[in-house]
Amino acid sequence: MQSDRPNPAFYPLLAALIFMAVGPIVLMLANSFKLDVDIISGTSGLFFLPTIQNYETALCDVLWYEPEHLDFCQFKFGGAFINSIIIALVSTALTLVLGCMAAYALVRFRFMGRDAASFTTLMVRMVPPAVLLVPVFGLWNNDFCIGKRTWLGELIRDSFGGRGDVCLEGTHSGIILIYVAMNLPFVIWILQSFIVQVPRSLEEAARVDGAGPFQVFFQIVLPLIKPGLAAAAIFTFRIAWNEYLLASALSDRDTKTVPILIVNNVSEFNIEWGVIMATGMLLAIPPIIFTLFASRQIITGMTAGAVKG
Amino acid sequence: MNAANRLTPYLFLAPAAIIMVIALLYPLGYMVYGSFRDWNPAQALSETEFVGLRNYIYLWNEAAFRESLGVTLKFAFFCVAFELILGVGLALLLDRKLRGMSILRTLFILPMMIAPVVVGLMWRYMYHPTVGTFNRWLEAIGIDGIDWLGRKALMSVIIADIWQWTPFIFILALAALQSLPRSALEAARIDGATPWQLIWHIKLPLMMPVLIVTALLRLIDAFKVLEVILVMTEGGPGLSTEIVALRISRTAVEFRELGVAAAMSNYLLILLMILTIGMFAFTRLQELRATRAAKIIQQEG
Repeated sequence: MQSDRPNPAFYPLLAALIFMAVGPIVLMLANSFKLDVDIISGTSGLFFLPTIQNYETALCDVLWYEPEHLDFCQFKFGGAFINSIIIALVSTALTLVLGCMAAYALVRFRFMGRDAASFTTLMVRMVPPAVLLVPVFGLWNNDFCIGKRTWLGELIRDSFGGRGDVCLEGTHSGIILIYVAMNLPFVIWILQSFIVQVPRSLEEAARVDGAGPFQVFFQIVLPLIKPGLAAAAIFTFRIAWNEYLLASALSDRDTKTVPILIVNNVSEFNIEWGVIMATGMLLAIPPIIFTLFASRQIITGMTAGAVKG
Repeated sequence: MNAANRLTPYLFLAPAAIIMVIALLYPLGYMVYGSFRDWNPAQALSETEFVGLRNYIYLWNEAAFRESLGVTLKFAFFCVAFELILGVGLALLLDRKLRGMSILRTLFILPMMIAPVVVGLMWRYMYHPTVGTFNRWLEAIGIDGIDWLGRKALMSVIIADIWQWTPFIFILALAALQSLPRSALEAARIDGATPWQLIWHIKLPLMMPVLIVTALLRLIDAFKVLEVILVMTEGGPGLSTEIVALRISRTAVEFRELGVAAAMSNYLLILLMILTIGMFAFTRLQELRATRAAKIIQQEG
């Protein structure tokens, strides 16, 4: 059974599985280099003249030259990419820092409210973004505002311009805040299982040598849980980078992220497949790169997250 | 222990706790409060009128909500069932030292890392009635094209989800398989168990705890799916693929009935809470059983 004589019949199966897993992605990659005429007329297969026109059209607002085939820059995906990058990177960094501190507290200290905090974290992990849509929409628009008459509101108004109260809605910070909150429970949960494995004796030795709790945490524990941090970072980035629903509710014209633009352009009657697929490819590339380079960390993170209840 | 030491855990916990209270727990409370009110987006919540359970009762009797609840349950059930069968089957089949296994695993994770919006986009293209890949293949071998996103929409959406998430179960099942105690497998083999008996009587029972947790995790995630379906079908045709998450967003954004949407969110939340508590209770039970077993072994030894 488990012997090392792999049945040759398994290699075709393996190949078929790989084809099924990667096929759609390769298909999209191929289509993103085709003109719409070619996609629709069905010159199928891999024999076509590749063109980067679709990518030029998608990114026309950030290109340093004017593509010849365009007389009007209709899709403004470039700006959306910058928004997506800012939001995903900042929220990932914040989530990681706050998450690993909280996880450390929950694992290493006995204190009042520990069980409650731990249980709450576990429970809010399952809250879907759709459930947050209604309250967040209301709060970010109305309650989480700084009145324009207060000094802070005036200060912000004067330096950034605009009318009305200063609200979280439509800002990068508003979207980042909800992403951090949404991802924290998961990050705390997954990092707990890594921190448990750090030998206590190491920490105690450092404390005997006179290190404070924060020093112990940053200099001893953090370096030891790097694989866990990598896994958590990838999962957080993935959600912040890919999320659509909350971003669409909270962003305005200037803070739209890429998934929003894709959805908006797909729901139109006449889809420009080439351009949309090029954009989709650009959106898919960062996660694909992470997967190819850090698949081991991802798998460790997945198993740790599922097995440790 | 001095006061500073006693404060340390709270200092570590405080930043995360503050963010979660402001942006997660407070909104959830706000939503529960709002679900008892007649609330449209133009009003602040404090200006709205208290209507008691009206939103909940209205939803309970509304045909469209019931249908979308049914669609959601069907979607979640079929997705998880097929993914479990396929994922565990593949894991059992491929649990051996094959060259190329790590490549397979790497490529297998790709579908779940890619944005759901993009996954929806790919499948929408492949399902396209005239341009799409599948119908072209079917026509090439002389079969009439299938109306994938029309009459067969729910099935098509489920297939896309199976494509995206079977690898998740496969990888977890494979990890569970490879951490099974070798001694039990060896003993069974020496006693002359056939490969099938080995799977049915040794491997599957031993994997069961991990499989149950995995299935529950997937089930919870299946209720969260929104973007893939939004891009592929926008809930249509009719209400045939309008899952609850999608209906919430439409009720809030298109129909502008925040109170009803909040009540709907609460129904979904209660459902997910039951699943989560089930998972929590199950893992606790497993731990208890494990510690008891360890104790017995200790006493005997």
